[in-house]
Amino acid sequence: MANVTLKDVYKSFGKNEVIHGINCEIKSGEFVAILGPSGCGKSTALRMIAGLEVITKGEISIDGKVVNELEPADRDIAMVFQNYALYPHMTVFKNMAYGLKIRRMPKDEIKKRVHNAAKILELTEFLDRKPRQLSGGQRQRVAMGRCIVREPKVFLFDEPLSNLDAKLRVQMRLYLRNLHESLGITSVYVTHDQMEAMTLGDRLIILEDGHVQQIGSPLEVYERPATRFVAGFIGSPAMNFFDAQLSNNGSAVELAGSDTLALSNAGLPDFGGQEVILGIRPEHFELTDEGAGKMHTTVDHVETLGADTLVHGHIGGNGAFVTIRLPDTHHFKKGTALPLAVPAEKLHLFDKDSGNRIEN
Amino acid sequence: MVENRPLMTVLTHAMLFLAIIIVLFPIYIAFVASTHEASDVLMTVQGWFGNNLVENYTLILQSGKATTGGIPVGTMMWNSLIMALGIVFGKISISIISAYAIVYFRFRFRMFFFWIIFMTLMLPIEVRILPTYHVVASLGLLNSYTGLTLPLIASATATFLFRQFFLTVPDELTEAARVDGAGPIRFFFDILLPLSRTNIAALCVILFIYGWNQYMWPILITTDKSMTTIVMGIQAMLYVPDAINEWNLTMATAILAMLPPVVVILVLQRQFVKGLIETEK
Amino acid sequence: MEKRVVFKNRWLPYLLVTPQIVITLVFFIWPAGQALKQSVFIEDPFGLSSEFVWFDNFIELFSDPLYIGSLKTTFIFSASTSFLALSTGLLFAVMADRVIKGAAFYKSALLWPYAVAPAVAGVLWLFMLSPANGILALTLKSLGYDWNHVLKGGQAMVLVVIAASWKQIAYNFLFFLAGLQMIPKSLIEAAAIDGARPAKRFWTIIFPLLSPTTFFLLVVNVVYSFFETFGIIHAVTQGGPYKATDILVYKVYRDGFIGLDLGGSAAQSVVLMAIVVTLTVIQFRYLERKVQY
Repeated sequence: MANVTLKDVYKSFGKNEVIHGINCEIKSGEFVAILGPSGCGKSTALRMIAGLEVITKGEISIDGKVVNELEPADRDIAMVFQNYALYPHMTVFKNMAYGLKIRRMPKDEIKKRVHNAAKILELTEFLDRKPRQLSGGQRQRVAMGRCIVREPKVFLFDEPLSNLDAKLRVQMRLYLRNLHESLGITSVYVTHDQMEAMTLGDRLIILEDGHVQQIGSPLEVYERPATRFVAGFIGSPAMNFFDAQLSNNGSAVELAGSDTLALSNAGLPDFGGQEVILGIRPEHFELTDEGAGKMHTTVDHVETLGADTLVHGHIGGNGAFVTIRLPDTHHFKKGTALPLAVPAEKLHLFDKDSGNRIEN
Repeated sequence: MVENRPLMTVLTHAMLFLAIIIVLFPIYIAFVASTHEASDVLMTVQGWFGNNLVENYTLILQSGKATTGGIPVGTMMWNSLIMALGIVFGKISISIISAYAIVYFRFRFRMFFFWIIFMTLMLPIEVRILPTYHVVASLGLLNSYTGLTLPLIASATATFLFRQFFLTVPDELTEAARVDGAGPIRFFFDILLPLSRTNIAALCVILFIYGWNQYMWPILITTDKSMTTIVMGIQAMLYVPDAINEWNLTMATAILAMLPPVVVILVLQRQFVKGLIETEK
Repeated sequence: MEKRVVFKNRWLPYLLVTPQIVITLVFFIWPAGQALKQSVFIEDPFGLSSEFVWFDNFIELFSDPLYIGSLKTTFIFSASTSFLALSTGLLFAVMADRVIKGAAFYKSALLWPYAVAPAVAGVLWLFMLSPANGILALTLKSLGYDWNHVLKGGQAMVLVVIAASWKQIAYNFLFFLAGLQMIPKSLIEAAAIDGARPAKRFWTIIFPLLSPTTFFLLVVNVVYSFFETFGIIHAVTQGGPYKATDILVYKVYRDGFIGLDLGGSAAQSVVLMAIVVTLTVIQFRYLERKVQY
C-alpha cells in the first residue's frame, strides 16, 4: 500500500508535447480513475507511472520515493493491459508465476500465492489451461491474477474492460469494485468510459488533450464540473449547452432569442452583461404548469426507453437544440409546446472563451 | 468451382493423376533400375523391380562404386548429414539473434547492419565462387565440415523471416514481461523463442533440404574423396571411361540421395508448406 | 515497421548481430568486392603481377562469341524452363484447387521434386533419356525419332530444360495453390452469376488476381534457372555438346575454376551479380506495390 504523487509531470515525444503538467496526490489505498476521450494522454500518463514511458519533466513518486529513473520491475507495481498480454505458450499458473519466478521466490511461496489468487478470482480449475482455451472474461481475471500474486504497492489498469462485451463489462465492474474493497491496494485505472470511472473511482482525473481538466470525486465532477469539457463529458445523455448572456445586474441569464432564467442567490453581479455558456443537464428539467413555465420548448422527437423518456426539441424561436430526460413514459406529439422549469441551483455557467466554470 | 459438372471433376482428377505420373515417374524408374543387376539395365528397359535390392544398396552403402572411386555411399551420406545439420543449426541460430537485435533494440549502425545482411540476398554463391574459394582456402578450411557449412549460413532469408515474425509479436507482451521483471535475455529465451517454434520448425525443413542438396560449393572445396557428399558424389559416378556403366548402382545412389529430404518433406509437410510461403512473403 | 517497445541495452545488440555480420563480411561482401576488383585487372600467367585495365575484361567478354553464345543459351534455357515450370505448376494448382476429395493426397505427392537436388534431377532424366537404355529414349526410337542428346545440341537443351522444370514444378505449384486459395470464393461466385463461364472466369478474374504471385514466381524461376541449375549442367552435359548447354553460371565455373582465367571469370561474375541485383530490386520494388495487372 502506498501513495502515488505526480508533480508537474510533462511528457513530450520529440518536439511534440502531449502531457502539459499533471499534479496529483493519490492517497494510499485510493482508487483513482483517469478518464478522458481517445488521444487525451491518459494511457501515456499511466505508462509514465509504470515506467514504460520516460518522464520528460517533473517527478513521480511511489510511497515517498522518486521513481523517475527506475525500471518498471523495480517500482513494485503491477499492470493489467488492455489486451491482457498473457504469455500464449504458458499455462495460467505459469503466467501468474512468471514475475515471481524471476524474482527468485521459493517455489512453495509461489504456489501459495498463485493458488490464493486463483481462489479469489475463481480461476482454480483453469490453472492448467493455456490462454487460448479461455474466454475473454477469464483471460481478464488471469491478467489480474498476475498482478495480485505480486502483492505490489500500486495496481495499474489500462482500459482492461474495453475488449469485453457490454454485459460482461457491467459484471466485471462490480467484481473490480469488490476486489478493491477486499484488497485495498492503491489503484490507478485508465478508461474512456465515464460509467466505469464513476462507479469504480474514489476520485477521477479528467484529461483532455494532455491537460488536467478536473480532479475530484464522482459526485463533485457531476455536480460542479470545473470546465465546459468536464460538464459535457460526464453524464449521459450529455449536458445541454446554450449561448446566453447575463443580465446587466447579473441576477439572471438570458438564452439567446428566448427565455430568461433567474440565477440562485445573489447571482453574479461582477459579470453583468457578459456572454456565457449555459449548461443544463437533461435530467434537471421539470414539467411545469402551463403559463408558469420558464423555458418554452417545442418537441421534435420522443424516445421512450421504458423507465424514462428522452425528449428532443428546440428552444423558443432560435431553434437551439435541447434534450430532456423525464421519468416514466410520456407521449408527446411533434410540435407540442412544453413548458419546463429548471431549479436555479442546477444551472451551470461557463466562460465563453476559456470554458472555465463561473462560480455562483 | 461453381458449376457442378461431373465431367469436369473426372477430368480434373485425370489431370491430377497425370501430374502425379509426371512427377513420380522418374523416381519410379530410378528405383526400379536400382533393384536390378548392372547388365539388366545396360541395354534394356526394366519396367518392374528386380531382385537385387538388398544386394545393390548394401554394396554401394558399404563400399561404393568401385569403378569410380569406391567411396562408400554411407560415408557420403554421413558427410551430407553433417553439412545439412550444420547449416540448419548455424543458420537458424545466427539469424534469430540478428533479427532479435534489429527488431528489439535501437543502436547505432542498426540500419547499416540491416542493409549489409540484406545484401546477401543478392549474392548467391554462384556469383562469387572464385573469391569465396580463395577466402576459404586461405583460412585453411578446404576439405572440412566447417568449410562446407560456414560460408553458407549467413544469407538473409531466415533473418527476414524472424524479423517479420517478431514484428507481429504484440508490444504489450514485451511490456508485461518488463513489468514482470524480465530483461532482454530472459525475454528472448522465456517468451520469444517458444513463440517462434513453428517458424523454427518450418525453417528446419527448408534449410535441411537446402543444405543436403548443396552441389556447387562442395564440389569446389572438397578434393579429399572422403569428404564427398552424396549429391556431389552422384556426378562422379556418371563418368566411367572404360568400364561398364553401372546404372543400377548410380540409380541406387540417386534414390539414397533423395531419400532424407523426401522423408523430411513428407513427415513435416505442414511446417514445410507454411515455412516456404512465409519466407517468401 | 518499427517496434514501439525496445530494450535499452548498450552492448547486447552488437553482440547479437556480430556472428551474422562477421560471416557476411568474410564470405559474402569481401569476396564480392574481390570479384569486382579482379574484373578490372588482368593477371599474368604466373599470378605475380596484375595490371589495371578499366573495362577491358568486360569489352573482351562482350566481344567474345562464346560469351555471347552463352548469353543466348542462358536466355533460351531460362525462358523455356520458367515458362514450362510456371505453366505446369499453374495447371496443377488449378486442378488441385478444384478437387475437394483427395486434395491432401495430391498435394503430398506433387511435393516430392522440391526435395530432389537439381543435379540428382538431372541424373534421373539423364537415365531416362540415355540413348542406349533410357526408357524414354528407347520409346522415342521406337516411334521413329532418333534420340541422342550426346550428339545433338538441341536435344541436350531439351533434356536439361525438362529436368530443370520438373524440379521446379513443385515450388510453383505450392505458391500458385496458396495464391488461388486466397481468392475469395464470393468473387468467383459473383462472376458466375454475372454469366462468366469457367474459362472466362479464369482469365478475367483469377489470373489477374494471381498476378502478384505470378510475378513473384517469375522472378524466382528466372533466378533459379540462372543459378541453381548449375548442378544439372555440370552433372549431365558439362555445357555440351559443343557448348549447346553452356549457360552463364557454368561458364563462370569452367573459365574460372578449370581454365583459371581470373579476370574473365571475375568479369562474368560481375555481370551475373548485376543480373541478380536487378532482379532482386525489381522484385522488392514490385512487391511494395502489389499491382493487379
